[in-house]
Amino acid sequence: MTHPASGRPRRLDDAFLTAGSSSFTEFVSAYRPELLPAGRRLPSGASIEAPHGTTIVSLLFQDGVVMAGDRRATMGNVIANRDMEKVFAADDYSLIGIAGTAGIAIELVRLYQVELEHYEKIEGAIMSLEGKANRLASMIRGNLALAMQGLTVVPTYAGFDLETATGRIYSYDVTGGCYQENGHHSSGSGSVFARGALKKLWRPGLDEQQAVAIAVEALYDAADDDSATGGPDLGRQIWPTVAVVDHFGAKFVGQDVLEDHVQRIVAARRDNPGGAR
Amino acid sequence: MSMPFYVPPEQVMKDRADFARKGIARGRSVIVIGYDRGIAFVAENPSRALHKVSEIYDRIAFAAVGRYNEFESLRVAGIRYADLRGYSYDRTDVTARALANTYAQTLGAVFTQESKPFEIEIVVAEVGADSDADQIFRLTYDGSVADEQGFVAMGGASDAAEERLGTAWRPGMTLSEVLRLAVDVLDAGDNGERRALDAAQLEVAVLDRDRPRRSFRRVVGPLLTRLLGERSEVTDVPAPALGAEPGSQPDAGTDGAVPGTPPGGPSS
Repeated sequence: MTHPASGRPRRLDDAFLTAGSSSFTEFVSAYRPELLPAGRRLPSGASIEAPHGTTIVSLLFQDGVVMAGDRRATMGNVIANRDMEKVFAADDYSLIGIAGTAGIAIELVRLYQVELEHYEKIEGAIMSLEGKANRLASMIRGNLALAMQGLTVVPTYAGFDLETATGRIYSYDVTGGCYQENGHHSSGSGSVFARGALKKLWRPGLDEQQAVAIAVEALYDAADDDSATGGPDLGRQIWPTVAVVDHFGAKFVGQDVLEDHVQRIVAARRDNPGGAR
Repeated sequence: MSMPFYVPPEQVMKDRADFARKGIARGRSVIVIGYDRGIAFVAENPSRALHKVSEIYDRIAFAAVGRYNEFESLRVAGIRYADLRGYSYDRTDVTARALANTYAQTLGAVFTQESKPFEIEIVVAEVGADSDADQIFRLTYDGSVADEQGFVAMGGASDAAEERLGTAWRPGMTLSEVLRLAVDVLDAGDNGERRALDAAQLEVAVLDRDRPRRSFRRVVGPLLTRLLGERSEVTDVPAPALGAEPGSQPDAGTDGAVPGTPPGGPSS
C-alpha cells in the first residue's frame, strides 16, 4: 500500500518496513497523521455542539472489576441518542468507558483497541496493565488541543492484572493524568450523584452479582438527579451497559440479568425514591 | 578506471535466484496444511521466542522460512498494513489476497532493485467460512505468487515434502491427522534417516474456522503432545468456549472474550 499521493506501484512503503516501534499510534502518526484525532488541524477559537456521553461507574469486587455506563447521549437540551454504548472491551482483559464528546471518544476507543491488539501481535505478548493504562494516558494527552476547544474526552479504564490477579481501576483527567482508584470510581456529568451512591453501597469483598446490582443502582441514582444521564428505560427495554472483567477475561452482562436487576431496583424505589435503607 | 565486464541480464537474474534459493534451502522447513476446521502451520523451530508463524489479522496468518531479519520485517509490515487498513476501512476489508499482492510487489522490487534479494519464502493464509473458501498464497523471493490448494511445504527439501504431502493429504482430515502427517514429512531427513521430532522442537499454530473474530491460536504444551499422540482421542483444539484457560495469555491459547465493539468498529 502506498500513500495515495505517490504514484508508485503498490509495494510497501519504507515506513512499513522500518524496524522500531510496536505502537500503532506512533506508526499512524508518522505515516498517515490525518487518521488520528490529534493529527487534524482545527479552526482556532471556533466551538461546535456535538453529542456528549455521560456517566460511567466502575467498582472492584473480589474477583475483578465491574464497569457500567448509561445509554444516553445529549446535545444541549436534546437527547441525541437513547441506546448508545459507552463501555467497551479494550482487549481480552480490560474495559474502557467513555464520557465526553461521543464522536471523538468512540474514535479514541477504536484506536486504543487496535493499539493493544497491534502490540500483542507484534510482540507476541500481552502488555502489562500498567503499560496499557499509560498508553491510554498518552493518547488522551494527544487530544489536549481538541479538549481545549470543548471536544473533551475523559475515559475510565479498568482491567484485570494477570500478574497480581487483582482488578484495577484507572481514572484520567483531560490533560492525560492517570490515577489508580481504590474501590470505586465514577466519571461524567452524573458522577457526583453516582459517587454518593457508591460510597454508601460499596464495601470490600463483594461478589459479582452484588457488584453488578450496585453499579446499576448507582446509575439509577445518577439518572435521578442528572438530566444528561439516562435511567433504565422500561418502556423501550433499554438497560445500562454492564461489563465484568475477571481472570476468565472480559464479558458483558446479559440483557435478561440486567432486566432483573432493574426491575428489583425500580420495585424497591416505590414509595422510597431515595433508596433509604 | 577499469570498465566492468558486460553481464547479460539473464545471467544477473539467474545468479540472484540461485543465491536466494541456496539461502532458503539451508533453513528448516515449514508446512502449511488445511484440515476440516481450519488451516494448520507446522514449523520445525526449537526456539520458543523467535517465531516463524504469526498472526496477521482476524482470519489471516503468516509463515516464513529463510533469513529471520528479512521475514520479520515483512511480518511487522504485514501487521501494520492489516491494522491500518482495518482501522481506516473495516475489519472485513482486510484480505489475504490484497496482502499477498502487496508482499509480492515488495519482494519483486527488492529482487530487481536492491543489491541482494530476500532469501525468504512466505505463505499468507486466510481461513474462510468453509474449507473451499480457504486461501493459501505462497510467495517466493522474486515476488511470484502462487494460489495453493490444500497444503504448502517451504524450506529445505520442500520438493520431496510436497510430493509426500500430495500423495497423503486429502480434504477433510482432522487436525491431529494433518499434524501427524506434517511431522512425519518434516521428520524425513535428507538421507532417509528419521530424526524423531517431538513437540518441543515444533512450532504449531492454527487458524480455527469456528472461533469468532481472531481465529489464530498457538498450539503448545500438553495439547500439542496429545494431538500428536498415535491413538489420540483428541483430534482438534478445544471449542472456543472450552478453550479458555484462566489467566493465561492469548498466545498460550485462550479464548477471546466477546469484546464490545464501538459503532463502525471491530466486528466479528
